[in-house]
Amino acid sequence: MSFEPAPFPVAARRELADSQLRANLRRATTTIRAKRAAVVSELPDWEELREAGRRIKYDAIRHLDKHLERLEESVTAAGGKVHWARDGAEAIEIVARVAREHSTDEVIKVKSLATDEIDLNEGLAERGIHAIETDLAELIIQLAGDQSSHILVPAIHRNRAEIRELFRRELGIAELTDDPHELAEAARKYLRSKFLSVPVAVSGANFAVAETGAVGVVESEGNGRMCVTLPRALVSIVGIEKILPRFRDLEVMLQLLPRSATGERMNPYTSIWTGVTPGDGPQEFHLVLLDNGRTNVLADPIGRDALHCIRCSACLNVCPVYERTGGHAYRSIYPGPIGAILTPQLRGLEQAPTLPWASSLCGACYEVCPVKIDIPKLLVHLRGRVVREVEGKGRPDPEVVAMRAFARILVSPRRYRVAQRAGRIGQWPLARRGMIRKLPGPLAGWTAVRDMKPIPRQTFREWWEERR
Amino acid sequence: MSTAAPVSKPRRVALFIACFNDTLFPETGRAVVTVLERLGLEVDFPAEQTCCGQMHANSGYQLEAVPLVRRFVDVFADVEAIVTPSGSCAAMVHDQYRRLAELAGDPGLARAVDEVAPRVHEFSRFLVDVMETTDVGAYYPHRVAYHPTCHSLRLLRVGEAPLRLLRSVRGLELVELEAANECCGFGGTFAVKNADTSAAMLTDKLRRVLDSGAEAVTALDNSCLLHIGGGLARLQTGVRAVHLAEILASTEDEPAPAPAGEVSA
Repeated sequence: MSFEPAPFPVAARRELADSQLRANLRRATTTIRAKRAAVVSELPDWEELREAGRRIKYDAIRHLDKHLERLEESVTAAGGKVHWARDGAEAIEIVARVAREHSTDEVIKVKSLATDEIDLNEGLAERGIHAIETDLAELIIQLAGDQSSHILVPAIHRNRAEIRELFRRELGIAELTDDPHELAEAARKYLRSKFLSVPVAVSGANFAVAETGAVGVVESEGNGRMCVTLPRALVSIVGIEKILPRFRDLEVMLQLLPRSATGERMNPYTSIWTGVTPGDGPQEFHLVLLDNGRTNVLADPIGRDALHCIRCSACLNVCPVYERTGGHAYRSIYPGPIGAILTPQLRGLEQAPTLPWASSLCGACYEVCPVKIDIPKLLVHLRGRVVREVEGKGRPDPEVVAMRAFARILVSPRRYRVAQRAGRIGQWPLARRGMIRKLPGPLAGWTAVRDMKPIPRQTFREWWEERR
Repeated sequence: MSTAAPVSKPRRVALFIACFNDTLFPETGRAVVTVLERLGLEVDFPAEQTCCGQMHANSGYQLEAVPLVRRFVDVFADVEAIVTPSGSCAAMVHDQYRRLAELAGDPGLARAVDEVAPRVHEFSRFLVDVMETTDVGAYYPHRVAYHPTCHSLRLLRVGEAPLRLLRSVRGLELVELEAANECCGFGGTFAVKNADTSAAMLTDKLRRVLDSGAEAVTALDNSCLLHIGGGLARLQTGVRAVHLAEILASTEDEPAPAPAGEVSA
């Protein structure tokens, strides 16, 4: 389900007021942070692994053209069919075609961000095809008509009491407690009949290996394993940046990903398939390589580091902004720090110009990123691009005018001193008993919750000159 | 991002005060001068300095920040050691100056940055790493919580330096701050552009400061302290925010002045 656009500060304000959301998020992120920290600290070579991960993704993206052609050859040689989709509409049409060929109006789905990014479920529904989410959290989101708020834990904003109510209502189960095992069992019963009857599955992929054509999904629940083994046909929609050059690169990635994502040494299910194997698993495999804005990202030599992301969500879990606003404030399937650098680039800066500012630049995200994406650097870079390419264009907005004027003041020691004195004089109507309680205009947000110290009688440089 | 220590301890240092401290926190600048002179250093204050350009660079005005980079490297070109009481301004020089020179397409500026940046020292690191001292003869008989600001923690990696200095202050009781490494929510223009989210982060930081039982909270950056201190003042908590330099400048003979609000002209 796609998001209504809204500037981050506006959307965040709404989410911040939700006390249930705040409590759910605090509990969930605190738990997952501690788990991650524990499993990372037990690896003496974690920093070397991160560096190896960074290099693998750098190589993958730097030579993407070459690796993609190799992938197409490998998958085709292994009996798969490769499709190239410029955008979501093309990808959706490919899935719909496969479903029609198998005379089904239902497909089962493995949790996949790429398919959420292109609103696959809605697109299929328009074509009379019902997509059934089989991941527990995605099922919760789908049944609730809700939106994902986390890359890995889409229903992180829901607690079990809310989920119990949802299942009672939507799955028609009268007797149900809020015990997680019981909730999972209810979902399992509903899903099992679908696994055994629906002939077409749709997945994303965590990795696609250029060298061998192997495609892999990493998951916790086993629903993915069901989807990629039981149906007659499998369609995997994979962003072109998901490529790994060599099979042995998995050695690094399969260590980095689960520890960063769920705080586990190893995820419960890793499914890797290469084309089709006669008599075993789906006999028809379609790999849809999705662009949907990615080549535009590639054109920015600094911004393209965002394509290194392996979707672990460690940056969300440590982000003090995400922890408080939750994922919906970002109005994108990619929330949190990685979303703040990825969404504006995928959609175009003018579509999400406030996201690069949805960060205090504290750097906690960079510290945990398993492939060392310097997210604060990219945020600052994208802020510059927004100012230069969006806000600074046409009739300049007042902030741009003010900031440029301020820069001209700061660059001249003489004008700087004049401004210091002007500020000291200009503030007197605002200062009350040693503090400023209310600032005007765009600075009003500061004094909403904080007092402002007024400019004192003597600047440091005036004191210094007097002393000499 | 480490600041390379000079082979020998300098006799003279230049102070980069940072525009923020110059204008709003002159007491921090005076405290830095007091501590450095107490260690026998000759302190110089190049009057042509203004601002490092961080606010512009971090707000999307990188091109506007470039002339400020140029000014900084010119003003401090021939100085052996530059000391600044702002962790984030020091981090700006180390982390961003090179990139800004590249953005400007100015190889001469990039070379000048490479020359100057290694000589820029954050105040606490300068004392501990360059001057190799942790006891600067301070006396501050208060319960103090230390907030590691994000840029000093993650960009400068000051590590234990400020804590070692605080532990050597006579009379000072260092109290534990829960979730100390979590951002206070200042973030420069973030505090006004995303005022609500910033306020939510501030509230949690204030709760931790109040829970710690501290009488004062200290840090290496007055920008974060303006934000934390502004919240503490608004809620009439009676807890003050004070820069580390002011704690280190305080002695039995000349204790730190009570932070009564200074009213301007």
